[in-house]
Amino acid sequence: MSRATRKWARFVATAGVVALIAACAPGSDDDGDDGDAGGDTTADADGDADADADGDTDPSDLGELTLVVWDQEVRGGQSEQIDALNEAFEAEYPNITIERVSRSTDDLRTTLRLALSDDDAPDVVQANNGRTDMGQYVASGLLEPLDSYAGTYGWFDRFPESVRSLAMYSDDGEVYGDGALYGLPQMGEIVGLYYSKPKLDELGIDPPATHDEFVAALEAADDAGELPIQFGNLNPFAGIHEYGFVQNQFVDAETIRNLGFGRPGSSWLEPESVEATETIMDWVDAGYFTDGFAGLDYDDSWQQFTQGEGVFLVAGTWLLADLDGAMGDDVGFILPPAGASGQNLVTGGISIPFAIPSNSDNKDAAAAYIDFITNSEAMATVADAGNLPVVDAEQQEASGLQADVFEAWAQAGAEDLLVPYLDYATPTFYDTITAAIQDLLGGQRAPQDFLEHLEAEYVEQVGS
Amino acid sequence: MGSMAGTHAADRAADTPATRRRRRSSGPPGEPRRLAYLYILPAVAVFATFIGFPLVRSATFSFYEWDGLGSSTWVGLANYTAVFSDPTLRGAFFHALVLIVFYAVIPVSLGLLLAATMMRARRMRGLGLFRVLIFLPQVVPMVVVAIAWRQIYGPEGPLNSLLRGVGLDGLARPWLGDYTWALPSVGLVGTWVGTGLCFVLFLAGMAKIQRELYEAARLDGAGPLREFFTITLPSVRGELAVALTLTVIAALKTFDLVYVMTSGGPGNRTAVPSYEVYRHAFLIGEVGTAAALALVLTAIVFVATVIINRIGDDGQGPAGPPATRGIRALLRRRHDDPPTTVTSAPSGALSTPAASDEGGRRR
Repeated sequence: MSRATRKWARFVATAGVVALIAACAPGSDDDGDDGDAGGDTTADADGDADADADGDTDPSDLGELTLVVWDQEVRGGQSEQIDALNEAFEAEYPNITIERVSRSTDDLRTTLRLALSDDDAPDVVQANNGRTDMGQYVASGLLEPLDSYAGTYGWFDRFPESVRSLAMYSDDGEVYGDGALYGLPQMGEIVGLYYSKPKLDELGIDPPATHDEFVAALEAADDAGELPIQFGNLNPFAGIHEYGFVQNQFVDAETIRNLGFGRPGSSWLEPESVEATETIMDWVDAGYFTDGFAGLDYDDSWQQFTQGEGVFLVAGTWLLADLDGAMGDDVGFILPPAGASGQNLVTGGISIPFAIPSNSDNKDAAAAYIDFITNSEAMATVADAGNLPVVDAEQQEASGLQADVFEAWAQAGAEDLLVPYLDYATPTFYDTITAAIQDLLGGQRAPQDFLEHLEAEYVEQVGS
Repeated sequence: MGSMAGTHAADRAADTPATRRRRRSSGPPGEPRRLAYLYILPAVAVFATFIGFPLVRSATFSFYEWDGLGSSTWVGLANYTAVFSDPTLRGAFFHALVLIVFYAVIPVSLGLLLAATMMRARRMRGLGLFRVLIFLPQVVPMVVVAIAWRQIYGPEGPLNSLLRGVGLDGLARPWLGDYTWALPSVGLVGTWVGTGLCFVLFLAGMAKIQRELYEAARLDGAGPLREFFTITLPSVRGELAVALTLTVIAALKTFDLVYVMTSGGPGNRTAVPSYEVYRHAFLIGEVGTAAALALVLTAIVFVATVIINRIGDDGQGPAGPPATRGIRALLRRRHDDPPTTVTSAPSGALSTPAASDEGGRRR
């Protein structure tokens, strides 16, 4: 071994040691920093918030500052809507400059984890309200509870409980749907039933209000050689909507909410769930869904619907603008038919809520911003852009399909018909249920096996 | 031992010009060896920063249960146990093995066949066009490829239309949603992409083979098959190793096709290791499992590469100098070609001297 080699070996050894020292437990070092920083800022925020509660906070008194906002509204109409609101906010408060960072949902989701734990976090972020995202952020103390701001701005009166609960968590992130408020949405969304008006007219059928009427309509459509339900399940999320749509016609609201939020007290194995699961399989066997739906892309599917393939389409209000543009007066929207419960239960919730990271330096301005983009003027802007405002929908002027959607949303709110997406239940339930539904519809899992598979993960989560 | 200690002692005994000269004389001529380390320092620094450090960090993560946000819990080898016991993750590795057939075995075979055929038909018209067409998939971004093929495989897509058009209605199916056919469908896209690369590699390798070898073989009564197996195939051994290395790694690392085309579905039938790493790290917040999975994948890729390079051995057997094997052999052959043995008969019977780059001069 030459001297140089030994020197080299020493260098490698030192480098290795340095690397190992740097490689301490993940999250531990950051954790310490965060803990301190978090503690400080929380105290500050509380102080400020108390001041807010006294009513002496005006965003224009906050001095010159730059507000960094991360949103995921990249689609045409929604992006314009945010731009318009940002401009209005800057005009109202010239001392505040908004720096907008806009990414697609998936991109935002993957970068948000790192951004939130950074000391230089954004001031406002759109954080997905499910357990996988918001739940974990709350558990790690990375989001600011908004309750004190809610008092200042009157959010508790403005947003109904059913909307707020979708962004509420206990401090440890374990309980979903209860606890402190962590975000506010701009838009509502429900997964309802789009129908082709000319096709229903041809069949001589009215839009179905009950499960029995809906089944009769499916049979009539099938007999007439029409495709009863347009459906594409290549993108796994579509299955959750389709299954939820059928489940809503058999199972009562309380059970679905417990299952959806991952709360104890219910079971996937009750007879109603079995019946729902067997019904959707009957429809698959009867050929009521698009031929080859397992390999059909989601976007291709609804585009085929706009081209006249399919009498019904089960989809969310996020397609409102697209379907309206493509079909105009030929398309209508209703809540899912009422089943055993007698209620038109509808899967739905809110668009991704805006939240304030704990590491933000401008929390008061951030809260003012969130209030600004969700106040009644903002709701009018949302409606103008062709979307469904989360509140005040009934006050907006709308016609055609938009009017149908607004009416359905208002009814869902008034009659408390909203049930959550099924994948909220556990941090990994999205994967579990999407794969399980594909397995079910593909004939790889029997209905009973499917339900037991879901029950196992639900039981593990609620610990019952 | 004693002599070694002596050398060390001599090393330590101050850097007199004499000792330096003595040590220098034992090494190759040129720069002092120590200086060489200085030359590779920038590369090592880059490597350590961007590959070494992340690797060590990932290794650390793999021993913890961590959601990527808060504090972590030491779990020892539990993440590794999960990689091998979780049916979904185990399935992902099995799917990667299936993809090796589609990404590596078939493209390499096809590439060899195509290249050998084209070498025999050098004066075929439109040869350049064929080359371009076969290589074209290589230059198209994978995401574009994936989106295009997703359309092709659609229930009402061109593939099914074609099948129905020729009366094969029974074969038409939603390819990417079919529990049996989804994985082969994804794999076939890999074949389509990979064949071009293999083909071009082999074509380059075969262009270097001396025509005299074929003449000699023909004089000895060899047919096309015999020519292929005794001259063409051994001559492109280095290219074969390169092609296999690249395509097997591509198969094991598959992500983009699955991400765009199926998201791992239907069920988990097209889940592959890289996609599972992404899913665990970024979507469901199980960073420890993701890190363990990534390291296992890295180890498998590493082992596969080593094995392939053994296969790509130059035919000199393990006794041959290291530099005659695999990729290194390919690099080296340009400088000092060992005589190429045409048949396994005793050398001399059919061996031609020096198939070197200098051209087809005969000795």
